[in-house]
Amino acid sequence: MSEATPARLADRQHPLIALVNARLREFIREPAAIFWVYGFPLLMMVALGVAFRDRPVDQFTVVVQKGAGVEKLVDALQPDERFRVELYDQAESRRRLRTGKTDLVIVAQDGGSGGYDFYFDPTRPGSSLARSMANDVLQRAAGRDDVVASRIHETSEPGGRYIDFLVPGLLGMGLMGGGLWGLGFAIVDMRLRKLLKRYVATPMKRSHFLAALGISRLVFTIPEILVLLAFAHFFFGVVNHGSYLALGVLVVLGAFCFTGIGLLVGSRAETLETASGLMNLVMLPMWILSGIFFSVDRFPEAIQPIIMALPLTPVIDSMRQVMLEGVSLSALGMEIAIVAAWGAITFVLALRWFRWT
Amino acid sequence: MTLAIRSSNLVKTYRAKPPVEAVRGIDLEVEEGECFGVLGPNGAGKTTTIEILEGLLPATSGDVEILGLRWNRDAMAIREQIGISLQETRLADKVSVLETLTLFRSFYRDGIDPEAVMRSVSLEEKSRAWVKKLSGGQKQRLAVATALVGDPKLLFLDEPTTGLDPSSRRQLWDIIAGFREQGRTVLLTTHYMEEAERLCDRVAILDGGKVIALGTPPQLIAGLGAEHIVEFAIDSGVSDPPLAEHWNDLPAVTGSTYEDGSYRLSVSHPHLVIPALIDRLEGSGLRMASLTTRHASLDDVFVSLTGRQLEEPEGDHE
Ligand SMILES: Nc1ncnc2c1ncn2[C@@H]1O[C@H](COP(=O)(O)OP(=O)(O)OP(=O)(O)O)[C@@H](O)[C@H]1O
Ligand SMILES: [Mg+2]
Repeated sequence: MSEATPARLADRQHPLIALVNARLREFIREPAAIFWVYGFPLLMMVALGVAFRDRPVDQFTVVVQKGAGVEKLVDALQPDERFRVELYDQAESRRRLRTGKTDLVIVAQDGGSGGYDFYFDPTRPGSSLARSMANDVLQRAAGRDDVVASRIHETSEPGGRYIDFLVPGLLGMGLMGGGLWGLGFAIVDMRLRKLLKRYVATPMKRSHFLAALGISRLVFTIPEILVLLAFAHFFFGVVNHGSYLALGVLVVLGAFCFTGIGLLVGSRAETLETASGLMNLVMLPMWILSGIFFSVDRFPEAIQPIIMALPLTPVIDSMRQVMLEGVSLSALGMEIAIVAAWGAITFVLALRWFRWT
Repeated sequence: MTLAIRSSNLVKTYRAKPPVEAVRGIDLEVEEGECFGVLGPNGAGKTTTIEILEGLLPATSGDVEILGLRWNRDAMAIREQIGISLQETRLADKVSVLETLTLFRSFYRDGIDPEAVMRSVSLEEKSRAWVKKLSGGQKQRLAVATALVGDPKLLFLDEPTTGLDPSSRRQLWDIIAGFREQGRTVLLTTHYMEEAERLCDRVAILDGGKVIALGTPPQLIAGLGAEHIVEFAIDSGVSDPPLAEHWNDLPAVTGSTYEDGSYRLSVSHPHLVIPALIDRLEGSGLRMASLTTRHASLDDVFVSLTGRQLEEPEGDHE
């Protein structure tokens, strides 16, 4: 101790910088955390991007029920590559329809001269489509002429595909997961270790501690978002039709918002179980309702106000508008206001309620 | 004389069903430059008391002054001048020794160079090792180092050596003694009486949330009336060993017990009792198998005050 001389000021790091440094170190030394933050959204993108990649021709499975006169029916459908035609008896045909193995069952009455019966499930989009297409083909084969000439122009430009829709959703999901898992768990872990108590026994400013958590979150978020965007670009040709500055602003705002929510979730919990229960409670509605994977328009009108009030919805919606439609920030005032309000309110509440000891 | 710590009529009742009266009116005055020990069995209220003094736990009632300052007015000023080690803190696992100390150093306006503190607790070889790779003793020395890095005037240590092996314990004693030799103040809790005797200028013995004895270790032991313990055993094979009271009339003996083939006499002057004891044994045709004499300890003080042992029998350290 005797050789320990009182330090000059230069020996001391700014506490905020020291706290951020410590968080960043802990994060990069935790391989599992890195996987969940960076790997998971990427895997999700690959899996969904491949599963829902847009096929040039949708193929429908059509079951023709065995019986007299079905040859004509099969001959009419078979050449059309949009149909995969299979033959089964009545019981098996119905079973296949019921279990979703086929989109459509066709039964020929009196060898076809008595017309055709279509069996399908109108709630399945593919089923209805298969029926109209099969009907069309059969009518033409029977001699129908189109009354009005129609011409077809197909487009499949980047911007309108499922993957283009999905990427902003995954960005939002990453921001939410990072904020909640990344912060909530870290805080509860430190509380359990009595590390929070140890910190507040020093002259450390509590606001420095919370700010450091937020700043380090933001620092982790930037590479996470860049990796996702780069991957989407190189593997799926996803491009940003809007400005990168606007996208950047929305990402930072979203990260801030979920930092506040993560802090609030972790502000009082004293066990990891409580914390993970709370996190699931907070995240699950947004996972389902906020339009990560499909448009929120699919939910009933009555719950739309609730959906719009959830923080993830405007985060994703605004990023989607920028990336897909090139909308500028000035047109996103409402979304930005909602996200900022969530962030600010949760941050203040977290500061007030935080349990240090 | 300036007081480093002054508390009066400190009370802490935990809200629980039923309420726990952990501290029931404690008055302490710790002078600047002294090492003060708070000694007591599990649940005596040591941690509760020290955490109230550290400003980490609100007292139910009572008054605390640290270095002449009050927690409600000058919390930051107090924190700048004290260093603490909690009974149980697990520092961040994947941060190295030097990184941990650098972080703690950053919290204090004035402090000690982290590398110097690291050397003072002999952890320089572990400078780059992650906290989770340290042994129990090394972790504990690091915990004390985080308390020293702010260059405190007053050090609070809650059971700094519990669960450590004897050599790790001695290393920590040296660190604490070194700090005290700089004229600074230490308040430590322990349930090792040997630790209190070795390190502390004064001790308060706590039981059931109250101070049951206060003074320098020699004073407390002198209060027993007999400062020495003579223990001896007689040759096994004696079918009918004498009762403990058989030795009470020897000179200078104030009390005696018999346990596991061995007699324990409380004695004021061993040089008077030992020759007489040997004479008595020879006269009865008994042979002495072993003989030890030792000073009475704080443990003996605790036993005489409460009728219970201070240290738990088994190594169940929480
Ligand atoms: N948060 C709490 N809520 C309720 N009771 C508590 C709480 N903390 C401690 N106690 C009780 O208060 C009493 C004193 O506890 P304290 O931790 O101060 O003892 P201690 O002397 O430090 O013991 P040890 O040697 O085991 O550390 C105990 O009976 C304990 O069970
Ligand atoms: Mg304790």
